[in-house]
This record gives sequence, structure tokens and C-alpha cells, in this order.
Amino acid sequence: MAGEGVPAVTFQGVCRHFGEVRAVDEVSFSIADGEFFSMLGPSGSGKTTCLRLIAGFERPDRGHIQVHGVNVEGVPPFDRDVNTVFQDYALFPHMSVGENVEYGLMIRKVPRAERRKRAEEMLGLVKLDGLYARRPGQLSGGQRQRVALARALINRPRVLLLDEPLGALDLKLREAMQAELKTIQRQVGITFVYVTHDQGEALSMSDRLAVFNHGRIEQIGAPAEVYDHPATQFVAGFVGQTNLLEGYLAQRLGGFPASYAVRPERIRILPAEAEVPPGFASIDGRVSAVTYLGANSRVEVEVDEGGRLQVVEQNVEGGMAMEGRAPGTAVRLVIERRHIQAVSESR
Amino acid sequence: MTAATLPAPLPRGGGVSRFLYGRPGLVLLLLLAPPLLWLGIIYLGSLFTLLAHSFFYLDEFSGVMVREVSLDTWKEFFRSPAHWDVVLRSALMAAAVTLASALIAFPLAYYMVRYAGLRLKGLLYLAVMLPLWSSYLVRVYAWKLILAKEGIVSWLAAQTHLTWLLEALLATPVVGGPSLSTSYLGTFTVFTYIWLPFMILPIVAALERVPATVIEASGDLGANPGQTFRRVILPLAFPGVVAGSIFTFSLTLGDYIIPSIIGKSTPFLGETVYRLQGTAGNIPLAAAFTVVPIVVMGVYLMIAKRLGAFDAL
Repeated sequence: MAGEGVPAVTFQGVCRHFGEVRAVDEVSFSIADGEFFSMLGPSGSGKTTCLRLIAGFERPDRGHIQVHGVNVEGVPPFDRDVNTVFQDYALFPHMSVGENVEYGLMIRKVPRAERRKRAEEMLGLVKLDGLYARRPGQLSGGQRQRVALARALINRPRVLLLDEPLGALDLKLREAMQAELKTIQRQVGITFVYVTHDQGEALSMSDRLAVFNHGRIEQIGAPAEVYDHPATQFVAGFVGQTNLLEGYLAQRLGGFPASYAVRPERIRILPAEAEVPPGFASIDGRVSAVTYLGANSRVEVEVDEGGRLQVVEQNVEGGMAMEGRAPGTAVRLVIERRHIQAVSESR
Repeated sequence: MTAATLPAPLPRGGGVSRFLYGRPGLVLLLLLAPPLLWLGIIYLGSLFTLLAHSFFYLDEFSGVMVREVSLDTWKEFFRSPAHWDVVLRSALMAAAVTLASALIAFPLAYYMVRYAGLRLKGLLYLAVMLPLWSSYLVRVYAWKLILAKEGIVSWLAAQTHLTWLLEALLATPVVGGPSLSTSYLGTFTVFTYIWLPFMILPIVAALERVPATVIEASGDLGANPGQTFRRVILPLAFPGVVAGSIFTFSLTLGDYIIPSIIGKSTPFLGETVYRLQGTAGNIPLAAAFTVVPIVVMGVYLMIAKRLGAFDAL
């Protein structure tokens, strides 16, 4: 048994190249046991390849991968103590739901009666009681997703890999499943490695997340840390909305001619000539456009000295926030200095 | 502000389409009528007429067909053990050819679908199809030369000091003979060669439909490659194997040229039908023989269905 301190997964300088393409380029990180870890990034950023490296479908060109302290480079997928929930679910179409869920147990020659019992339990866990005899073809997308989850979890893997498992579901179902996945993870207490391109999903579910870009990790941290203190321009732009300050705006608001990121909801709009509270930076401009977004409104402000900033305001009192936001209105923007985050060039 | 003027609508065609819009029944009729007429009258009609002939009989003295419904022809068919030999021999040959084709075709098809790059795959497709573009007769005669006593195979065996192996093969009872071109072994070889493409292509089509992730999922859940093949790949590709076997089995069952050029002089089904309706002029018995492969294929498909061959369709 691995001790408390042994990480569930460790990457050390891992590279995986496909011809000229560096899908995974010198990646190092470790995932703690029992953690919900997300790998976030645009398509082609190397996050799925990392997942496939853990599963064993790909082998690293360089570097080392350890699962629970054991080097796994030479270990085929069927000998690894990890299971995968595939993006397209990859259910066996010629088997019933129950047979799909039991597959791993059947391969391990678990007696039929026990198999059946554990499959029913698993179907209960993912709320598919009574669907044992159905065919995957007769299920909805959300139900198939749950079968894929049950099929992986029944093997009690020490690490569960999820490859954009909610990608094919509609918004409402996706939100419900996010909460449910999180609950299941707490119940079974195993490490989840979750690949997604949806920053909202990664922020809401993860204990920690890694932001991938061009085969490299730009930043690893807890969701709030990554959101509030993005390390690079790419992270600031990919995780949430951001105002990237450069040139004059950077000098004026940050104090140095570097790059800064400011979240739109951290900027407050005050009337022109209003007093600037201590600890705040300020800049004057005119409203150029307002977009109503339901809970929020997005206000675009044209800065007098040139440049443009986006501000997001909550529509708290029945559209009150919209008052004084007519295009052309002169306004003063104030930002608490600690929310002006220096960011480096993307690597 | 001046309102932008939209250009005048362009004239449109499609009068027929407009007429057919909202008349789906008529569209269906127009689409289906030609193939249904072809299938119903020319194909099924003539087949049925042929089968109906097996209920006529041949007048013993004049040798003329009597157009009266009777079971005499069928009685004659069942009475002679020689007839049963023909059926059994043909069915066994068809089964052996089918099995061999499947065994050769599956790995090749799997390679084409899972491993070959786009270029190589195209080349392999071409290699599979190419023989079909040349005359069947030419290929069969070519094989006669290849398999002859003084042919390439014997020569090659002599060069590689494997003559003993060839002789051992030919000494095998029943399937052996004086040379490959005059033994069942030769007939089997040529049948397998000729019908192989008809097995490869359906298996390729079936394997194309098996998603790569399903195979990965099986490995991910702990199955080694052998178990994955048995539990996932084969069951999912089995409809393709069955489709291919329908071709190889029925084509072998009905062929009358290969066994008449290569092999022993003992008759196969196709040859028998050919002889009965030609030289012997016994149309009713020929018709009775024609029913046999249809019944055999019917039974075969029923067994395939029982085996779950069509479950994954």
C-alpha cells in the first residue's frame, strides 16, 4: 500500500511528440491521493494526451510517469490500476447495461452472482436502478454517461480518468452532473483526473487545476488562486473574462510598463469626478456600449487617453445598474490595487 | 437614412420538385417502382418459375417434361444417394472455403482498418479488388497451370526441398490426389482465392464501424488483447463475417466452372444443375437441385441469427 504522502500520479519531464507536433512538452506535476484534479485547456493543448499517458494508451517519448509511486512506462493499460470514462462513453453496443458495468469484473473472473450484486449497487450509485437489462442504444446521452461512470468505478480503481465526460450533454444536465460527479467522488474517495475545455466546469469542481497551452502547463493551483492570480496572459484570458492591460493603461494603473490583468467584475463605475477611495487606482472614460446579460450587464468604457476596458456589473435592483450607463456618459473607473494582477508573457 | 433596396428575386426552376412537394406517397412510388419491378418480375419471378418446375416431371419414355404438378421429381431426388453425395460434397467444400476465407480475411481487414495509413489502405483496397477486374476464367486457368504436376508449386517445392511436404499433402486421403490441380485440395485453394475479396470487404466495413475507443475501453477495464478480441472486436465484427460468409458460401455452393476445371471429376451442385438442364435435359430435377442451396442458405442464416450474428447491426 502506498503511504499517505505518496502522490496518486506524478509526471516528471514527460514529452510526447507526434511527428513535428509536441503534444506534451516537458510536463511535470503531481496529483495528490484523493484529489479532484482538472486539466483545463483549449483543444490541442495536450490535456487529453496527458490523460492517455496515465491510462497507458500513449507512451511517453521522454520522462517518467508514476502511479502511486510505481513507474508505469512499461505497463500496458490492462495492467494499470486506473480506469477511464471516455468522451464518447465507448460503451459496448453488443452488451446490456449490466454486462457493460460488469465487464471489468468478468475479465477478473469474479463469480457471476457477486458481479451482478456489485453491478446493481453501482447502477444504484449512479441512479440507474432497474436499467440492468437495457441496451446502451436505448439510453439517453446522460444515462450512457452514468453507465460509463459505473463501468469504470466498479473496478475500484485508485485513479479515475475522465475525458470531457460531460461534453456531449446539454447545459442543464451538465450542471446537474457536475454536482453529482463531485458527490460521487466524495463518496468513493478516489482520485479523479478530469479533462475539460470548460473553465467553469474546472473552477466549480476541482480541488486543483492545471491550465494547459501548447503542450505545456501554464499554471497549477486551486481554482480561486488561478482565477484571482493568473500567472500568465494566457491563463488570464482562458480562465474567465479579463482586461489585459498593456502599454499606457499598464503604466497608468499598474505602475510599470508590464502586462496586467484585471477581472471585469473587479472594476467599479463611479460618476465622473467622484472621489477615489484610498487603495484604489482610477481612470476616466466614457461608456461606449452596454450589453444586458440577465444577471449581469457588461459595460464597455472607452478610456479618454485611449484604450478600452470591460466592466461587469450585477443587475441587483431591477436594472438600477443600467442607470447612468447610456453610451456617451462620462464615468470614473476605480479598481482596488490588489486586483491589478501582474501577468507574464505566455510561455 | 435611405433604405437599401433589395435586388429583385431571381427566377427559380424546380417546377417538378414543387409539384412533388407534399406528395410523399407519389415520390415513394416513383422511386420504388423501377427496382421493385426489376426485383419482383425479372428476378423473383424467374426464380419462382424455376422452382415451380421441380414439381413437374420428366416422362420416362419420351424424355419430355410433363407440366403437371407431382412429387415424382422430388421422390427421385431423395431416392438416389448419389444426389446426397453431391449436396454433401458441395456443402462441405463451401464450409471449408468460407472458414479459410474468414481466417485469411480477418487479420488483413483488421490491419487495413486499424494500422494501415491512408496510402497503404488505398493500395490494399486496390490489391483486394484488382483480381476482380480480370476475367474469372483466365484466373482459374492460370491456377490450373500453377497447381499442375509440372507447375510452379511443384517446382518451388523441389527448389526448397519441400517436395516431401507436397507429397504428404497429396497423399492425404479424400482431399489428396495425383496432383494439386486434380485434387479437392486444388479446388479448395482456387475457390478460396477467387472468393476471398467478397469476405475481406464486408469485414473491413464491419471493423470500420467499431470505434477505436471501444477497443481501448476494453483494455482499460483490464482485458488483455486476446480477451478484447474475443469479447469485443469479434462480436462487433461478426455481422461482417456473416455477410462475407453468405457470399463465399453461396458462391462456392453454386459455382460450376472451378470444379470442372480444377479437381476431381466428381460433380458439385452447380455442375450437376448445369448438366441436368443442359445435356441431360432434365429441367425438373435441375430445378430440384436448385432448391438445395436456397434451403441450405436459409438454414445457415437461421443458425447465424441464433448465434447473435445480427445483434450488433
